[in-house]
Amino acid sequence: MAVKISIPAPLRQFAAGQSEIEVEAKTAGEALDLLTSSHAGLRRHLFNDQNVLRNFVNIYLNDEDIRHASGPSTPLKDGDTIMIVPAIAGGAVTEAEIGQALPELSNEEIMRYSRHLIMPEVGMQGQRRLKAASVLMIGTGGLGAPVGMYLAAAGVGRIGIVDFDVVEESNLQRQIIHGTKDLGRRKIESARDRLRDINPHIEIETHESRLSSHNAMRLFKNYDIVVDGTDNFPTRYLVNDACVLSGKPNVYGSIFRFEGQSSVFWAERGACYRCLYPEPPPPGLVPSCAEGGVLGVLPGIVGAIQANETIKIILGADDILVNRLLLFDAWGMKFREFKLRKDANCPVCGENPTVTELIDYEEFCGMAAHQAPVEDTTLEEITASDLNARRLRGDQIQIIDVREPHEFEIARLPGTRLIPLGHVVARMNEIDPEVETVVHCKGGVRSAKAIEALKRAGFTGRLINLKGGITAWSDEVDPGVAKY
Amino acid sequence: MITLNQEQLNEIRAHGERDYPFECCGLLIGRFENGGQKTVVEAYPISNAREEEAKRNRFLIQPEELMRGEAFARQHKLDVVGFYHSHPDSPAVPSKYDLEHAWPTYSYIIVSTGSTGSGDLFSWEMEEDRSRFNSEEIRITDSI
Repeated sequence: MAVKISIPAPLRQFAAGQSEIEVEAKTAGEALDLLTSSHAGLRRHLFNDQNVLRNFVNIYLNDEDIRHASGPSTPLKDGDTIMIVPAIAGGAVTEAEIGQALPELSNEEIMRYSRHLIMPEVGMQGQRRLKAASVLMIGTGGLGAPVGMYLAAAGVGRIGIVDFDVVEESNLQRQIIHGTKDLGRRKIESARDRLRDINPHIEIETHESRLSSHNAMRLFKNYDIVVDGTDNFPTRYLVNDACVLSGKPNVYGSIFRFEGQSSVFWAERGACYRCLYPEPPPPGLVPSCAEGGVLGVLPGIVGAIQANETIKIILGADDILVNRLLLFDAWGMKFREFKLRKDANCPVCGENPTVTELIDYEEFCGMAAHQAPVEDTTLEEITASDLNARRLRGDQIQIIDVREPHEFEIARLPGTRLIPLGHVVARMNEIDPEVETVVHCKGGVRSAKAIEALKRAGFTGRLINLKGGITAWSDEVDPGVAKY
Repeated sequence: MITLNQEQLNEIRAHGERDYPFECCGLLIGRFENGGQKTVVEAYPISNAREEEAKRNRFLIQPEELMRGEAFARQHKLDVVGFYHSHPDSPAVPSKYDLEHAWPTYSYIIVSTGSTGSGDLFSWEMEEDRSRFNSEEIRITDSI
């Protein structure tokens, strides 16, 4: 088909000064290809590096935008006229809305990311988007470790890490961002060094603080995406609400024993964490990993899923975990998926939100989140040193260990009877009410629960909680008792 | 080099000040002269503070509007020789984003606006290899 292409005035210098060029082509795309093969200088002003029509360049076929027809494959008829019309981009304000222009990649970076670059889903454009992106990781624990390492390796340009802890021996079974040489170091320093080693081309920002209602909005403001690697409910609700209020996607993951969950909570596009869980569970009902244990590789898998979704969000992928809750069972080796729906009555992202600023999340979750043993005025407690002193003095005391048998295998106190928490009420008759009873577990939480359960069940004897559990015993009395 | 008269420059500034804190924009209609020179015959305002929607819109001048402007120019045997827009509370310097969305030869006049009025006004022309914007001399005439 013979069609005319009219050349806009500013581009005529690249078309030998002609205002109109005739070509023979079947489709609009073919016509443009022919035009730009005979006038190569035109091409870069119409197409980008990926050979895609620049997004401000519009092609009209007889006054109709071909985007509204069949795009480049829009068929042509004899005598058709093709016009090339730019849209004019705005400046300062729009730029703030859509972010800065993408940074360039150095030759070293091109070499490093070559396995990404050769896939059209990433390509140069996608890799530059990764470089332009910023991600804030909450926590550098089991989940944060793979998240940080994969995001750094993938070339995410700026990674912020928030943590306040130090590296302990019991972390190393799963928190692979830290090593044995890092024991006792601040986690943010250890994590920063590891990420720098993985990729020196990226920026790493460390925030040594506990995430709180006071600093969350200020921190989140400076990042595109937040990845939740926390292990407690108050922080999880805090991360969710701060993400909703600041309009950031929240890439969520959680783990317990052999089971993991992941989702992308992004209120602008779907459900938030509160749409799924409007209320936190009663304090103490859901044990932490410190109490219940976790398979070391599980956070590796769930954290890698979080890193995967974070990278997809940056690349603009369609099928992200928005409105989808992914459940993973490592022991059964099964993935399952639930559909989520935005709740119109959600207190933070619903139609009439009642939470419009950050609240006190520890109060909301009914607990002092960072104090492991639940403080209870009616709970009588004894320290490990005092218990040892009384034992040596020959006081008559029975010690009940409410941990699980496999924990008993790891370490135990001298002269104790093992009655796991789940059986303590049923086996109440094994505890002599005439003798003072000290109840202990690993850290003091389960033993407090056992005491409460026994009292409710009508146990009449004196019950005393060992403060800090067997861990405190190891610290204060006998370092020969293994800590785990 | 682009030639405008004082009245046209005043109109561009006034448009920017009127639309502050939003961006304004418009077409520069005139003639391409020899040697890459341009003379503006009329500054043709397009946007009128399009509020919220405009802020989310990456493009200030839609192709349909440009086509209308070109038709208007053709009626008067003129061409669209460039565009002007304002940078509220920002310098009158093109961004990298501007660079990815421009063509050579056109003049891009940017005026910085603020709460106390307009500031710098510069014209820019894109390098043919798309690598950068070069500052373009503005010649001011009293009348055309």
